Amino acid sequence: MVIIFPSKPSLLAGGVVAGPLEDRSTFKQYFDTVYDDERWQMDTNEQGHRKMVEEACEFVMKKGGITTAEVDYLLGGDLVNQMTPTNFAARELAIPFIGLFSACATSVSAVIVASLLTELGAANYSIAGASSQHNAIERQFRYPINYGAQKPQTAQWTVTAAGYALVGKHREDAPSIEAATIGKVIDYGMDDPFHMGAAMAPAAFQTIKSHLDERKQEIYHYDLILTGDLGQLGLKLLKGMLVESGIKNEELTLLRDAGAEFYGQDESFQSGASGAGCSAAVFFSYVMQELRAGTYKRVLLVATGALLSPLSFQQKETIPCTAHAIEITMK
Amino acid sequence: MEKEQYQQLEQNITPPTPYLKNAVKAFVVGGLICTIGQAVSLFYIVFFNFTEATAGNPTVATMVFFAMILTGFGLYKRIGQFAGAGSAVPVTGFGNAVISAAIEHRSEGLVLGVGGNLFKLAGSVVLFGVVSAFFVALIKYILVTIGVVSW
Repeated sequence: MVIIFPSKPSLLAGGVVAGPLEDRSTFKQYFDTVYDDERWQMDTNEQGHRKMVEEACEFVMKKGGITTAEVDYLLGGDLVNQMTPTNFAARELAIPFIGLFSACATSVSAVIVASLLTELGAANYSIAGASSQHNAIERQFRYPINYGAQKPQTAQWTVTAAGYALVGKHREDAPSIEAATIGKVIDYGMDDPFHMGAAMAPAAFQTIKSHLDERKQEIYHYDLILTGDLGQLGLKLLKGMLVESGIKNEELTLLRDAGAEFYGQDESFQSGASGAGCSAAVFFSYVMQELRAGTYKRVLLVATGALLSPLSFQQKETIPCTAHAIEITMK
Repeated sequence: MEKEQYQQLEQNITPPTPYLKNAVKAFVVGGLICTIGQAVSLFYIVFFNFTEATAGNPTVATMVFFAMILTGFGLYKRIGQFAGAGSAVPVTGFGNAVISAAIEHRSEGLVLGVGGNLFKLAGSVVLFGVVSAFFVALIKYILVTIGVVSW
């Protein structure tokens, strides 16, 4: 399941834009912009969602010092049905585009595909990432925004953010992708859509475990293993599973979760953040900048996705989940 | 790790639902909403020409109006997160379900959006409410006919 990239494609630039509520994020200082209107001055949430994707990609190109004409591929997705926000953003950007859906694991699956295209020599520059807009996603997966339903402590909050990265040929001064693991779809019989961390933790465990095993690595070979959006409870469950498999407790401090940390300790967000934009926003801002700064030398990013739909849930199906990982190093 | 073993781990780590705390919060907020409703009802009886039997309709309309204002300003969901069933069960909760769906689907137009989705959440309340009212009335009618109870 592990893919090795001999040419080590690099993450040349990252673009992250977030919504007004994300002003409260602990990662806020790393974002390129925090917009004060969740609809980006558009008429609908979905249009705002599209605008957000466009802006993130524009930041990527600006920071990478390239124009749309130089970008060979755009790879990305979101959680709205048929991924219209990303598809429509691709229409505006006019870059050859493939939409990808791995739910909240899309950020990493897009980077994997972009790295493969780079490795193949088919692309000089690709833009890869994912996004989510709270209102557009909530209305689709749960209730109307203003409906007064009580969320349990296990629930997570879909973030409004888009995170994209510029993937290109290896550069010494940029974080580079050494290897990747494409995850299996794992289902441990969890069926509560308000407890997604519990559904996704086994997928994250499986991917981390097989990546480390196949690469003959231990957790301490990394400076950071960051999962996408397990939330506080999901992270605890992942750690529980790792301990069970014989990992020492000391090593577990290297394990963190973007969703658990996204809104800090604010209890109004229950178990933490989620959404395709959550891992994308943290990976392509905080992690990339810290790698560039030399804080981390080797990082494993594990984006996790719950592959459910409101229909599958109502038809009493359990929640299958996946997790994809990329191993990023910095000289 | 096996599925059963994982489910055990999940049960151990997930905090238990605070049923008692939720019930107390629901009782207090639900009671408060009903007290306000009673005050509105009294208002109509004292200041207008309504009786205890006829004050129900304007009271419900007024309470739904309050729910509409709170929903529109995004406050009802906050009350709902705190109170749970306390704010969902009274008629204000029904109003919130209808109005939140209307606001949500405005972007798809008045007919297919608002009209088609207005009762998305409240539809089953209406359906099962009407059906159960019919059967309760039928049972009472039978009981009255055979002389067990009187109207």
